[in-house]
Amino acid sequence: MTFDVERIRRDFPILQQAIRGKPLVFLDSGASAQKPRAVIEAMVRCMEERYANVHRGAYFLSEAATEAYEAARGAVAGFINAADPREVIFTANSTAAINLVAHSWGRGVLRPGQAVLISEMEHHANMVPWQMLRDEGRGIELRVARVTEAGELDLDDVAARLADGKVGLVAVTHMSNVLGTVTPAERLVRMAHEAGARILFDGSQAAVHRRVDMQALGADFYVFTGHKLYGPTGIGVLWARLEHQERMPPFLGGGDMISLVTLDRVEWAPPPAKFEAGTPPIVEAVGLHAAIDYVSAIGMPAVEAHERRLVDHAMRRLSDIEGLGLLGRAQDRGGVFAFSLDNAHAHDLATLLDRAGIAVRAGRHCAEPLHARFGVESGTVRASFGLYTTEGEIDYLAEALTKAREFFA
Amino acid sequence: MFDDLRDLYQEVILDHGRKPRNFRRLEEADRTARGDNPMCGDRLELFLKLAPDGSIADAAFQGRGCAISTASASLMTETVKGKSAAEAHALSDRFRALAMTGTCPECGAELAEEMERLQPLSGVHEFPSRVKCATLAWHTLNAALDGAKEASSE
Repeated sequence: MTFDVERIRRDFPILQQAIRGKPLVFLDSGASAQKPRAVIEAMVRCMEERYANVHRGAYFLSEAATEAYEAARGAVAGFINAADPREVIFTANSTAAINLVAHSWGRGVLRPGQAVLISEMEHHANMVPWQMLRDEGRGIELRVARVTEAGELDLDDVAARLADGKVGLVAVTHMSNVLGTVTPAERLVRMAHEAGARILFDGSQAAVHRRVDMQALGADFYVFTGHKLYGPTGIGVLWARLEHQERMPPFLGGGDMISLVTLDRVEWAPPPAKFEAGTPPIVEAVGLHAAIDYVSAIGMPAVEAHERRLVDHAMRRLSDIEGLGLLGRAQDRGGVFAFSLDNAHAHDLATLLDRAGIAVRAGRHCAEPLHARFGVESGTVRASFGLYTTEGEIDYLAEALTKAREFFA
Repeated sequence: MFDDLRDLYQEVILDHGRKPRNFRRLEEADRTARGDNPMCGDRLELFLKLAPDGSIADAAFQGRGCAISTASASLMTETVKGKSAAEAHALSDRFRALAMTGTCPECGAELAEEMERLQPLSGVHEFPSRVKCATLAWHTLNAALDGAKEASSE
């Protein structure tokens, strides 16, 4: 199928409106993406026609809802080419998924004297849970791999920090939410495994922008979130190998995660139910399923190719703007651009762009250490693309930035 | 493209944003306080020198922030000089009302001249996400006057 961005834009009701009298130019998909009508309608249909709690009732609606919920798990497994749907655990979002691993695997499997290795370009979601683990006095060390001036993961530094064999887990982003850098995931898996470590990827950005294949990648844990993948908020995914799930103690206790409860003892349900305590995000799972069907019908290779065109175009247009400093110039990158203007603070700039109908994010994008690394503590403006982003929108952004610079001159 | 933003970014604000007044450390300050807006990374340190009667003999600040927060801090240091602590608190309350609503119906004739000088910042009330930029310096002033070390505009 050829990629027709104008046809795709018509699938997103929110893009049809004007903001402050100007057409909406939504360049904040990296924070959360907009939803196609197919997702909205699937969720409405679920609530209007097929809603009940799952895994409980022996009646038609509950069975239908259970079937839909488990079908969503199957769709996720297919989307990331997992070997088994049971490897897919539904969580609230990526943050919850990483916290699940930090609590359960970090506290139950990691041993005193072992270390967790992250990188300077992690989102706080893949940094703070590990800092919390470090600070609990369990004797678990936290190591941080450097980022080069170009905004790439310094692989020599990664190798050096893995060298003593004490790292039990490498937890790194698959694509930076600030620099756009795509990390060399296959190589990192090899490096981690050769050093005796397990590896987790924060795929919150990457899973949206390219095809990820769990069987080909060979990692141990992979997380991403529904709302950046054109699905609803409130649902995320932890992909974890069954052998790890077996060894991991539950994180949250409650209903649906047990096979037997007496007042004296409890037996855990088998994976992945063991990690899905309480009523799960049922409507959200249906929405995520619809989102996966939507992007799969377009095809991830087509999504990736469209984004590559946008990235090349943005690189050219942004490089032309005087006084614009771009954070990171990685070779392999996705559609996320964080930058500053020499004479305008990020927040002032975002206010101006908003006036032009352009939605961008300003600040430090939940990556304060990374902004400190690049000496931009006061923050950057970030433009991030989705499959509905057009080259014309990037031209309009560039024009607005040029005029903003004049405004503050 | 941005003409209607001249209400928010009046010349006075752009000027104070680019060239903040009293932008320095006050050696031998009697009171200092730090203001942080963790959401956006704005940060300032305020220095107050007090006269024997407790009034503000000198005020200065340092830090980093957007044009609005820098201009607000700059204008604040100018307007609170010579004010008693009570007057400075009153000014702070009035300014925050101005930043949040665009007007200050409670403001009487007292301190009218000072409020007039701060008027250019009133446009910020139309930008809910930016009100905190304008009020950060004033939260920090309250903290310094009350002897606290830190203020946050969260």
